Amino acid sequence: MLAELIGRLGEVLEPEAVITDPVRLRTYECDGLTYHRATPGVAVLPENAEQVAGVIRLCNEYGVPFVARGSGTGLSGGALPRTDGVLIVTSKMRAIVEIDLPNRRAVVEPGVTNLAITEAVRDQGYYYAPDPSSQQVCSIGGNVAENSGGAHCLKYGFTVNHVEACEIVTPDGDIVTLDRADPGYDLLGAFIGSEGTLGVTTKVTVRLSRTPEAVTTVLAAFENIEQGGEAVSAIIAAGILPAAIEMMDALAIAAAEAAVACRYPENAGAVLIVELDGPSAEVERQFALLSQICSKAFELRVAEDPAERAAIWRGRKSAFAAVGRISPAYIVQDGVVPRTSLPEVLAGIDSLSREHGIKVANVFHAGDGNLHPLVLFDDTEPGAGERAEIVSGRILDLCIEHGGSITGEHGVGVDKARYMPRMFTDADLDTMQLVRCAFDPRGLSNPGKIFPTPRLCGEVPGVRKGVHPLVESGKAEQF
Amino acid sequence: MPSGVTVRQAGPEDEVAGVRPRWVALPETTEEVAAIMTAAAEHDLAVVPVGGGSKLHWGSPPERCDVLLDTCCLNQVLEHAEGDLVVRAQAGVTMEALARTLAARGQELALDVPVEGATVGGTLATALPGPRSFRYGGARDLLIGITVVLADGTVAHSGGKVVKNVAGYDLGKLFTGSYGTLGVIAEATFRLHPLASERRWIQAHLPVRHADESTTPGTGPGPVQGYASPSARGGPPQRKATLATVLATSQAEPTAVEVNRGGDDAACELAVLVEGSAAESRAEAVAALMPGATVGAEPPSWWGALPDGDVLMELRFPPSRGEVVLEAVHGLGATVRGSLASGVLWLALSPSESSPERSSESSGRSSESSEKLGSEKLGSEELGREELGREELGSEGLGSQGLAGLVAGLRARLAEVGGRVSVLASPYAEGLDRWGEISALPLMRRVKERFDPGRRMSPGRYVGGI
Ligand SMILES: Cc1cc2nc3c(=O)[nH]c(=O)nc-3n(C[C@H](O)[C@H](O)[C@H](O)COP(=O)(O)OP(=O)(O)OC[C@H]3O[C@@H](n4cnc5c(N)ncnc54)[C@H](O)[C@@H]3O)c2cc1C
Repeated sequence: MLAELIGRLGEVLEPEAVITDPVRLRTYECDGLTYHRATPGVAVLPENAEQVAGVIRLCNEYGVPFVARGSGTGLSGGALPRTDGVLIVTSKMRAIVEIDLPNRRAVVEPGVTNLAITEAVRDQGYYYAPDPSSQQVCSIGGNVAENSGGAHCLKYGFTVNHVEACEIVTPDGDIVTLDRADPGYDLLGAFIGSEGTLGVTTKVTVRLSRTPEAVTTVLAAFENIEQGGEAVSAIIAAGILPAAIEMMDALAIAAAEAAVACRYPENAGAVLIVELDGPSAEVERQFALLSQICSKAFELRVAEDPAERAAIWRGRKSAFAAVGRISPAYIVQDGVVPRTSLPEVLAGIDSLSREHGIKVANVFHAGDGNLHPLVLFDDTEPGAGERAEIVSGRILDLCIEHGGSITGEHGVGVDKARYMPRMFTDADLDTMQLVRCAFDPRGLSNPGKIFPTPRLCGEVPGVRKGVHPLVESGKAEQF
Repeated sequence: MPSGVTVRQAGPEDEVAGVRPRWVALPETTEEVAAIMTAAAEHDLAVVPVGGGSKLHWGSPPERCDVLLDTCCLNQVLEHAEGDLVVRAQAGVTMEALARTLAARGQELALDVPVEGATVGGTLATALPGPRSFRYGGARDLLIGITVVLADGTVAHSGGKVVKNVAGYDLGKLFTGSYGTLGVIAEATFRLHPLASERRWIQAHLPVRHADESTTPGTGPGPVQGYASPSARGGPPQRKATLATVLATSQAEPTAVEVNRGGDDAACELAVLVEGSAAESRAEAVAALMPGATVGAEPPSWWGALPDGDVLMELRFPPSRGEVVLEAVHGLGATVRGSLASGVLWLALSPSESSPERSSESSGRSSESSEKLGSEKLGSEELGREELGREELGSEGLGSQGLAGLVAGLRARLAEVGGRVSVLASPYAEGLDRWGEISALPLMRRVKERFDPGRRMSPGRYVGGI
């Protein structure tokens, strides 16, 4: 089947856009979740929607599955290829088609990186708001698939709140526009975050935002994490909506210090980074309030210019990579709890950590309750990987018990499909499948992702060693 | 009907766009909704869910309607997690009641409700954008979790009660704006905002564009081009920004930019809302951009309400074309209202208002202004207003034929500037295409087919007879 299909790809694509060389195919073996690997049956590099549609029509003809891939930074194995399928890589679709500032929009091809959009309009006083920390490399097509967030999504929302329209190729090869302004079902809303299972995005119309007039970044150091948590609640209770509220615990601070010498206040049990932005007058008033709220902080630093701001963010942004300095291996977890449950959940994580003898460093988007616990272990120690996997899984259970979610931004992919039944009933999952079946009755678009399939024997627990290659090369900071 | 659920015989007041159901069911819990849907499935009964009933005359009449599922008794606010800025409510809670509950705690659901008596479920199902959707997004952007009951009685949830969550498909988005055709919304969870400490409205008259007049703003009905816009700095020369664009991108960060024109002869009123801390000084900054503006703590009387009229249309367009669209609809005798910042205008027409004299009078005026436009490309000439189906208004005023033609003409004109026209409510249906072309309609049909294969959920009410 696949061989026949490969033979016909020339009808749609230039010969150099078809990759069958096993060595070159290995480039696409995995995404950012490197312990799931598979060599794609064939990889194609289309240049436009018509070519994508042509490839997908061939897939239909032969009943061959396909997987879309942007920059491969995903952290849930969403872009994991199929050995029996086609990998559609968007790296040749990198044109910014149109910038329309009077209407605060840009139309871009799916392979355009997140940051490239902001860079194209920054001088005119605009930016693209969702800012995943992989923004230098990750593609907008990947962002749409994952409904990616960023540090500033507390105030500004996620990809879904900033995309006006998508041109997609449906799983049966039709080119269709999903537009927010069109009447009818909000298929755009359903498509965003569907992790490539409902078709391939070939063009994205994003909303551009005006650069805020003022930005003030504050670093508050507390003796312990409870005081930090109280401050977060007090900020929200005071009616302040900061652009970002981030928190790090002592272990994460120590790691950041070891890695980038961020010089956060010594002996801090927790630090809080709060960024206020908006009209100057508003930011000034909110800052005055914030200072009162953080009265328990033993140190308060305020950045007023970009250099000082970068200094404060440096420790936070390096935290993931930094734990590589203090632990040979680690698992990055991504779960969400209601903000008010943070103290309880953090205590729960602490006791899990003690119970299993596995250290956990906590770095999180405190404003929206999105935890990124870093589960640390020594992979040379027998059984440590399994214990770390247990702790990591139990953390998700804690999130679910507190009414939260198993993923706030990294997606389900292949990694968390097995946790879906813990969060959703069979009826919920079956209902979601109705959407899947409407778009993709033959199940050809990124099959095996999101929805649970029986766990395969010999599946290795989620371990990442050292630093992600992107982080290492300085191309991405990990959140 | 299942035992335990209150059911009564339907009367004339229960009609859905002219179709009278046989029964009205009044469930109090999600389980009761499921029981009704299961029973309806067993007996192949068609169901139309209704909230406040404020939009029952909207859309096309249902193909059939046996049961009106009235959500009025699903009226509990189930959970207000104040510290999490989250609320979970049953579908029948009125938006007013919800607002009261939340305001008592200094919070709000930042959704404007353009119709009185609307419920949570109805607000979601119709997803009308209000003024503040410019800043906060629409219903779908504030909804974080939903419980729905499908046509076969299946109860399904998606999302949850946390603001950040990418697990599974977002059924909430799918049901938002689905006009009751996919299933019944039983419960919804929303993200909240702190109630703004201060609010200021900046009001002025929108200057009308006439190409031959002076370009200085602030001298009565002058042109609106020529405002310094952020886009004019640095980059390549862009088209001059309109006032709406300048306001929308102001760093004073207004929450809404609304316009209202009560009829062809009425002035075009512009009102901008600034909310939050330092509202006063930010309002002054906005006022400085608007010739002749006043600042106050009260909204204009028309703020956030749907305009009155038998026929209600929604126009969508790129925000920078707002003034062109306003010109295009001038002469129809319509009340026009909506958000210039988001590119959404409502247009209300009543037959009596579109009397022949009136429309010919306004045609006359419009052709005059067309001439004046001269070389201005974006003017009404481009929009060919002469052909806007004015003759279809005929001597009897606005009839079925007239409306269909008028809508088709208006749709063609808006398409030229990248806009579109939907008819939300109309007593005249004959030959009328309410929604216009939709690229994704075949996909929508497939979604409907999967969710409601028996066509029992508000069949025929929405796009493409879905
Ligand atoms: C260091 C690091 C930091 C990160 N920080 C963040 C963060 O702060 N916030 C956050 O949300 N995420 C973060 N991520 C995760 C990741 O960057 C995002 O999920 C990103 O959106 C993935 O984009 P990509 O182009 O790399 O997609 P890929 O990894 O290539 O693909 C991701 C998914 O999208 C699908 N896909 C890709 N392109 C298309 C298309 N055109 N049409 C349909 N489906 C498509 C794939 O099939 C796959 O399911 C981080 C990752 C790394 C490695």
